[in-house]
Amino acid sequence: MLGLSLDQLRADMNRLLAILFHQGVLDEQFLQLQQLQDESSPNFVSEVVNIYFHESEKLLRNLRALLVDRELSDYKKMGIHLNQLMGSSSSIGAQRVRNVCIAFRAASDHNNRPGCLRALELLEYEYCYLKNKLHELFQIEQQRMLAAAVRYPAPQQHLNNPQG
Amino acid sequence: MGCEMESDQPEDLDVVLTSMWPEDMNEAGRQFNVERPGADQDMLEEVTINKEPNIVDFQRLMELTNYSDKGNWQLAKLVKNWEFKQANVVRLLREELDQLSKQQQEVELKKLEILEEHRFEKDGYGGDKRPISILDENLRYLYQDAPKRRKDIIAQGEIVAIDAEYDSAVYWKQRAMHLEKLLEASLQREQVLVEKLQESIESLERQSTPVEELSQVLKRADNFLHFVLQNAPVVIGHQDKDMRYRFIFNHFPTLGEQDIIGKTDVEIFTGAGVKESQDFKTEVLERGLPAKREITFETELFGSKTFLIYVEPVFSKAGETIGVNYMGMEVTDQVRKREKMAKLREEIAVQKAKETELNKTIHITEETMRAKQMLATMSHEIRSPLSGVVSMTEILATTNLDKEQRQLLKVMLSSGDLVLQLINDILDLSKVESGVMKLEAAKFRPREVVKHVLQTAAASLQKLLTLEGHVAEDVPIEVIGDVLRIRQILTNLISNAIKFTHEGKVGINLYVVPETSDVNKEGSEKKSRDQPTLSANTNGNGHGDNSPSCEESELNNTSCDQNGDQMDQDKESRTKAEERVVWIRCDVYDTGIGIPEHAMSTLFKKYMQVGADTARKYGGTGLGLAICKQLVELMGGYLTVSSVEQHGSTFTFVLPYKVSSASDSDDTDELSDTDHLGDDGYDDDLNSGVFLFPPRTLGTLFSSQINGRIPKLLPNSYGNHCNGLLEESPLPCSSKGDVSEEGSDSSGGAMATASPVLDIDNLRPVAQQEQETASECSSTNRTGVEKSETKQHKILLVEDNKINIMVAKSMTKQLGYAIDVVSNGAEAVKAVQRSSYHLILMDVCMPVMDGLQATRLIRSYEETGSWDEAVKAGVEMEAMSNQSCSTSQVEETRKKRVPIVAMTANTVSESADECYANGMDSFVSKPITLQSLKQCLQRYLV
Repeated sequence: MLGLSLDQLRADMNRLLAILFHQGVLDEQFLQLQQLQDESSPNFVSEVVNIYFHESEKLLRNLRALLVDRELSDYKKMGIHLNQLMGSSSSIGAQRVRNVCIAFRAASDHNNRPGCLRALELLEYEYCYLKNKLHELFQIEQQRMLAAAVRYPAPQQHLNNPQG
Repeated sequence: MGCEMESDQPEDLDVVLTSMWPEDMNEAGRQFNVERPGADQDMLEEVTINKEPNIVDFQRLMELTNYSDKGNWQLAKLVKNWEFKQANVVRLLREELDQLSKQQQEVELKKLEILEEHRFEKDGYGGDKRPISILDENLRYLYQDAPKRRKDIIAQGEIVAIDAEYDSAVYWKQRAMHLEKLLEASLQREQVLVEKLQESIESLERQSTPVEELSQVLKRADNFLHFVLQNAPVVIGHQDKDMRYRFIFNHFPTLGEQDIIGKTDVEIFTGAGVKESQDFKTEVLERGLPAKREITFETELFGSKTFLIYVEPVFSKAGETIGVNYMGMEVTDQVRKREKMAKLREEIAVQKAKETELNKTIHITEETMRAKQMLATMSHEIRSPLSGVVSMTEILATTNLDKEQRQLLKVMLSSGDLVLQLINDILDLSKVESGVMKLEAAKFRPREVVKHVLQTAAASLQKLLTLEGHVAEDVPIEVIGDVLRIRQILTNLISNAIKFTHEGKVGINLYVVPETSDVNKEGSEKKSRDQPTLSANTNGNGHGDNSPSCEESELNNTSCDQNGDQMDQDKESRTKAEERVVWIRCDVYDTGIGIPEHAMSTLFKKYMQVGADTARKYGGTGLGLAICKQLVELMGGYLTVSSVEQHGSTFTFVLPYKVSSASDSDDTDELSDTDHLGDDGYDDDLNSGVFLFPPRTLGTLFSSQINGRIPKLLPNSYGNHCNGLLEESPLPCSSKGDVSEEGSDSSGGAMATASPVLDIDNLRPVAQQEQETASECSSTNRTGVEKSETKQHKILLVEDNKINIMVAKSMTKQLGYAIDVVSNGAEAVKAVQRSSYHLILMDVCMPVMDGLQATRLIRSYEETGSWDEAVKAGVEMEAMSNQSCSTSQVEETRKKRVPIVAMTANTVSESADECYANGMDSFVSKPITLQSLKQCLQRYLV
């Protein structure tokens, strides 16, 4: 009947964001990203983050492929991938992913294969967590936008004052 | 010679006699497997035997040995042993006797020989000398080799010794003397032998007293028992048939002998297990069969201990039981361990069971969650494109369309809205179920809510139904609750009621019920109410055909009927109006088709409708009631239904509301201005609490449609037909003039009540849109101005990371700058060659060519004016364009040092020093923020 109220959705979103900030999953950079979203680019954040997901998945795949190759782990290449991932993660404010990347790169600099594997596991975990949470966030946001955009036959309180 | 002989012989005798004796005795003793005491002595000396614990009732022991088979047998064994020894001794004695008698015979034989000899030699002397020779010869006989020689010697000696003339007086005299000497010696020997005999007889007597022997054996056995049992945790005892202790061995005694002997268990101890052991012993005694049992004692004397008890009956010779032997071993530790093990095993089993159960539950929960998640996701996925469709349709509606197109569009809109609503329902439901739903607490006016809901329903009403609402006086003007949800419930119930009602009326009753009314009480209340509801509904049904002018009084009647007893309660509760929480009951009743009895149970289940044909006929998903129920329960109330088939149904929900502590007058002050403005006409309405929306008096305009069913395809046909103005102007664009006109209309005709709702609903987005467009305009204006200001600045971003590019691009855009983007150092060099930039933002870490090298190349060009370095570095330069550039331009750009700002990620490989060393002007650390970027741009782009 009556859709979810805008305020409700906004509150949900804020709460989720607060949790993510509290957990250190995101940092202020994400707010920067949100600030960049305006009327001219209403889906800026989700667009960026979706590209981020796309790129990161590719990088993670490459990293895993590099590590799986037992004999010829190309640590230099790995470092390049990690730099990429680190750069983009820090750009969207994915703090925890970035931190893991730093650790990962330290391990790859030392040609420390077990360390790399561990870091990769952790990285994948953090990445998945981030992805899930951001998806959730965008879902709420989408609902919010829909709730804002779509009319419902929901008369408001002051409707009984046609004169007013 | 003779002396020599005499001294030798006794020695020999001694040797023979001693060698025969004690050895044999011991041989006999060995039969009983008892070590010789002499050998044992050392062994036992090492062990100190504590004799104390052995407490014996000797008298009883004697009796026992007399009476019991066992004792008897033992005694017999001892006696046998003794008898055997005695027999042995007798045998030896007999042998001795035989020997002696043999010797005697030989002695006699010798005597005869001598006598014969003497008779042969001298008849006259034979009689006197006989005894002397006997012994002489007898001794000689013992050494059979010797006698002859001796004899010869003696004979010779005799012959030699007598010097006197044969047969002379001297001769006989000498001979007599000699014989006398021999006799003397013989007598002496006899004496010695007699003494020896006496001695051996004495020693025989001394050695073999049977009692001594027996007690020695017993003592030894006793010692061994002590030695073996000295540290064993055992208690051994004997009890007679009255269960009195006659003997007890306990290495760790806590009681003295006098405390135990002659008493029963029960008399000695108190506590758990004592009685049991006593009973067990008695049982064994009675059954006559040995048995074992584990008994746990809990006594004051020795605490909690478990004993493994073996009890065997003792029989008398006659075969009667005369007592029990009892042996207990303490197994407390073992029992404890065993119990612990059992407990652990049990725990493990329980744990395992729990685990499997948990796994199952987890599995189920996961499945459910996944299903729910999928439902929500699907709903969401469907909604997103659908909202696009609806929005587009709305936009389409604003364009110029002919009548038919417009109608088709309306259908599209309403269908779209319907689907959206459905999906919202599903989302709501999954929200409530997953517990995400949050309720809001806000002030609202129940009367308004009722009115609005009815108004809305009336607006879209396609049937000849009367909608009525009645709010009791005592319902507070304002209460606190989640108005959206309550409205959702009400709207749901009302639309449901309308859907299933073809004629008559649909209404809402709102009144306060006492706070104490619990579910139980409510249940009974509801039952008693069922009948009146039914009658009221039939009443309503009957009056449905009546002229609508009667409806108001009719309504009042029914409400009075329904609330017959309610009014009293209302008065009561009015006194409690000051209190914080008020329970308000809301009945939504109709005169529709009702709900069959069998469908009641599934009524509130999801996706369930009364029947398949109902679903086909009336449509719908069957979600509405489920959501209502869940929402009501979420708010702490309950939803019930009563219905009579073909006559109508009543849905009732009771909810608690907080009443604002502030007085009503304050509340009105708090109302928003819009509510308050020009509201005089409505104040009465609010307070009266009676709303009536009679069926549309379908006026002359619609005479053609009075009897015909309103086509379902045109939900808003009424509104559109009656309001030509509305139809003419597209909904979102309806002007304010229209609205005011509507407003004035609404006070006049009932049919117009529908339109204000629609109009105002539509109007608001318009107003918002206007505002939005206005603000948009201003913002675009502003950015436009900025852009014009900053257009001449050209910025180059060198960055390989897509995300960073996007972010940086968006940031610069917001700051009003346009940027060119290249993705590596080589491209940056080319870009710089192509055109000049006012600022270069350079990433340091890049593939192909990093930022440092690119910066070096650019700087070298700025200094030398040639791209040689770059060409050397492998960058393919566009030689032509470079040449074509006018020299002045080249000069100009050469003079100007392009600011290059490094973007570093603050890693080891990207130190600031290195940036500066390679010719960069400054750096911003990544991730770049709007603030840092702005500062950077302001610094270099003045």
